[in-house]
Amino acid sequence: MTLDLSKFQATGFETCFHDRHINPQIYAGLNGSNWHLQDYEARGGYQALRKILSQAEGEGMTPDQVIADVKASGLRGRGGAGFPTGLKWSFMPRALPVQKYLVCNSDEGEPGTCKDREILRFNPHIVIEGMIIAAYAMGISVGYNYIHGEIFEAYERFEEALEEARAAGYLGANILGSKHSFQLHAFHGFGAYICGEETALLESLEGKKGQPRFKPPFPASFGLYGRPTTINNTETFAAVPWIIRNGGQAYLECGKPNNGGTKIFSMVGDVERPGNYEIPMGTPFSKLLELAGGVKGGKKLKAVIPGGSSSPVLPADVMMACTMDYDSISKAGSMLGSGAVIVMDETRCMVKSLQRLSYFYAHESCGQCTPCREGTGWLSKMVDRIETGHGRADDLALLDNVAENIMGRTICALGDAAAMPVRGMLKHFRHEFAHHIEHKTCMAGTNEHG
Amino acid sequence: MFSEATLARFAREVAKYPADQKQSAVMACLSIAQQELGWVSAEAEKAIADVLGMAPVAVREVTTFYNMYNQRPVGQFKLNVCTNLPCQLRNGQQAMDYLCEKLGVEDGGTTADGLFTVQKCECLGACADAPVMLVNDRQMISYMSNDRLDDLVATLKAQSKAKAN
Repeated sequence: MTLDLSKFQATGFETCFHDRHINPQIYAGLNGSNWHLQDYEARGGYQALRKILSQAEGEGMTPDQVIADVKASGLRGRGGAGFPTGLKWSFMPRALPVQKYLVCNSDEGEPGTCKDREILRFNPHIVIEGMIIAAYAMGISVGYNYIHGEIFEAYERFEEALEEARAAGYLGANILGSKHSFQLHAFHGFGAYICGEETALLESLEGKKGQPRFKPPFPASFGLYGRPTTINNTETFAAVPWIIRNGGQAYLECGKPNNGGTKIFSMVGDVERPGNYEIPMGTPFSKLLELAGGVKGGKKLKAVIPGGSSSPVLPADVMMACTMDYDSISKAGSMLGSGAVIVMDETRCMVKSLQRLSYFYAHESCGQCTPCREGTGWLSKMVDRIETGHGRADDLALLDNVAENIMGRTICALGDAAAMPVRGMLKHFRHEFAHHIEHKTCMAGTNEHG
Repeated sequence: MFSEATLARFAREVAKYPADQKQSAVMACLSIAQQELGWVSAEAEKAIADVLGMAPVAVREVTTFYNMYNQRPVGQFKLNVCTNLPCQLRNGQQAMDYLCEKLGVEDGGTTADGLFTVQKCECLGACADAPVMLVNDRQMISYMSNDRLDDLVATLKAQSKAKAN
């Protein structure tokens, strides 16, 4: 039974098709209906693929040339870790005569992040083209796009786009008459934050519980089905066609040294115009906030979680001095992460905010490692009792202790992701937690998040 | 237990993977079963295990690990409301509370007429559209103010199976 819920569905006009991007590449020219293959081609789509596969004299690019261009671009992984993409591609043992796999991580579930969903719905072919080029560069013939189960409509859209690409000869055997063959399929998750972690994602793709693998071996040597595998984020693949068309150096120059290109930031929380903003790396945060219409209701900015819920919170004055790139946010003591910018105004209670985040990590811990399985539960219970007026005098020291003992002691980064928000909150807003414990009430004026 | 049409949908998923890796299709097959039956029963798990050449317990491990599989029957309309922090900052929790009060259920509960199940959930990946919700796993709806929630409940009632009959 298909329900007609069209009047309740978001159109993308508020969050993606606005005119407040700055030199956009991935979101450029989109309107919600022009996602089809012929629309993408009209925007210059699949020209990068044609360029590298060209058989004409003096044209075409070798796999090494493609990787060199991506290295020169300064493109870094857009999923959160910021690892240099060209370097990652060079780890793939291209000549090894075994089946190798390419995987796109579209399991976008880091709270605050909503950029990949709009790429997949409104510009799916840019991801497909990026993946075909990556597969060519690494000698890979099969790929999968692992899509967040909650955005099922994006999964169905991507499946449609794959059919179009197959029919046009961009996917399959001997693409555009070349020796390059590449099969690409879509896979959907079904509700597990942990599957955004790349080895948990591989386990899930193999039809198992999504529990991360111990590393090493890394996926480049032991990935999907035990075969060499490269995994990149959706937005990372989406950046590739522009780099190939315009050159790595041009991409680098869009951003700043070591932080090439544009990046999509999801502005969420207390802003006037929540949505996605594609802007050059290195743009001041103050400019990004202005694009999003400023703090909602003209209130004062209190704090920002700059890179998804796992990144440590930064107070307003620190954040206002930052530029939006990996190096600046890192220097300020947090992470650019996935580019989800959670804005909080002066009325927000930091204890209540952390209460919800700590609950989330306890809920989503896969249970494999004791420090995370037990520690996230303890963190959640302690923050909960502080918020509800039952905090104890030694709770802050205990929170410090538990967070410290999770950090670095688990197979994957979920433990760190649960500990870092606690440490960030206690570093910058310790007095609010102490006030809650001592007075059993909130000092933020209102305790209502709605 | 499954119709030819359903088995054909399973086969389309299985075809995406190497012949010796049919298990990769288990997530998709379970979600197809849930779409058709409303939930994932032990019988459904067993039938999928047979199709994919898996042990039933390996299928059960998947059903119980992922949040969106219904391990027991739910209402005709399963409504998941995101209450994670970015949504909470834009009335996500308020939307959850309003919906529960309107329908007279608590988190995870089903209305007496069997029409609605309401569950809070974690990040749906549409934070700029908050409050956001999922209807029956596959349709996302956005900007769910109280007025729109009222409209949603009326719209779903009008499209319910009992009404259609």
